[in-house]
Amino acid sequence: MSPGVRLEMRDVARRVARDVPDGAYVNLGIGLPTLVADCVGHDKEVVYHSENGILGMGPAPAPGEEDPELINAGKQPVTLVPGGAFFHHTDAFLMMRGGHIDVTVLGAFQVSETGDLANWATLDATHPPAVGGAMDLAVGAKRVLVLTTHTTRAGEPKLVPRCSYPLTAAGVVDRVYTDLAVLDVTPAGFCVREMVAGLTREDLQGATAAQLSFADDLGVLAP
Amino acid sequence: MIDKRVASLADAVAGIEDGATVLVGGFGASGVPVELVHALLDQGTTDLTVVTNNAGSGETDVAALLRERRVRRIVCSYPRSAGSVWFEERWRAGEVELELVPQGTLSERMRAAAAGLGGFFTPTGADSRLAEGKEVRVIGGRRHVFEEPLRGDVALVKAARADRWGNLVYRTAARNFGPTMAAAAELTVVQVDEFVELGELDPEVVVTPGIFVDRVVRVGAA
Repeated sequence: MSPGVRLEMRDVARRVARDVPDGAYVNLGIGLPTLVADCVGHDKEVVYHSENGILGMGPAPAPGEEDPELINAGKQPVTLVPGGAFFHHTDAFLMMRGGHIDVTVLGAFQVSETGDLANWATLDATHPPAVGGAMDLAVGAKRVLVLTTHTTRAGEPKLVPRCSYPLTAAGVVDRVYTDLAVLDVTPAGFCVREMVAGLTREDLQGATAAQLSFADDLGVLAP
Repeated sequence: MIDKRVASLADAVAGIEDGATVLVGGFGASGVPVELVHALLDQGTTDLTVVTNNAGSGETDVAALLRERRVRRIVCSYPRSAGSVWFEERWRAGEVELELVPQGTLSERMRAAAAGLGGFFTPTGADSRLAEGKEVRVIGGRRHVFEEPLRGDVALVKAARADRWGNLVYRTAARNFGPTMAAAAELTVVQVDEFVELGELDPEVVVTPGIFVDRVVRVGAA
């Protein structure tokens, strides 16, 4: 694979944002997925949910305007948009667990060809485990999108036949967006919908541990 | 006459015994009843089981309880965060036991206790190692894990305003675990910024009705 074909993750986030429908209630996972909020067009009205009891979460406040109690799941200061609401934790998770969130975008260590997600724990037992709301979102959101690099920094494939990392949830991922491709999880495994220009099917398969199939109307993944 | 207001933080935590299970509100630094936790620390109460979302940060609240070796066990969804050094130190030394619970399950287990339920089945975590040793049942074609209720001997909660009946309203996202914890403990102790007269809180917007509250103390500026 020639260097430079990979997209910047910000550009992949922009691609994810195109799939977020107008009117959706959306929960963005900590880290990379938060980039998506900056990329959703102003032609759409999207309501962002935060697990600590916020619907209608807005962008970061101006410097000096921070409210230490108004924070997002990553504990960073946020704002509330007009129409927003506060509620308590059990209701916040009822929304997540009970199928009320239309779309969630999550990061991943690994995704399997059957849609299993591993995104909460590594195999390193020297650090205490922490799970937060990862499992609740993965099982409960109507549509689970994953935004991740196609391979690890060391070049290991993240799209695998079977996860070797501890599972967050089984059979939950609908679509994966990487710096190389957009792939749907289908009953027949990963199906490539789009891939970046300058990449061959063999290149993509070479960067993927799971077997790929390619959509008849294969498109170009562009920012 | 009902008057749940107490005069001092020491009065607020009086009688909380060694070995108690204490539900501590808050998410990150939002909504943490810092002054009540420090009153518990000052009182010397120890051998605690602490139920809280994060395991404290820096040198305050739950981190201070851990530093002073007052915590035997912590039930938590996300103990690791920037500055959670005391949790990590005590955990690595094997001095504190960790029960890791998905955040929604943590909250729902307390709600189940509050509602008098014997537990519930949820798909959250059912296919993960957090389900090990628990009953798993297929419901509607999906694997669910059984989770037991989680009751506190004590809940420590932060709210914005209270009246003498213990009716509460909160501020922004500081509400988080407060309403659920208040309902899930034998003794619910609340710190507020402000007392108001009975009838001043709009009954349409009371978040925690006073039935769930035992003691209220005012902290901060008069």
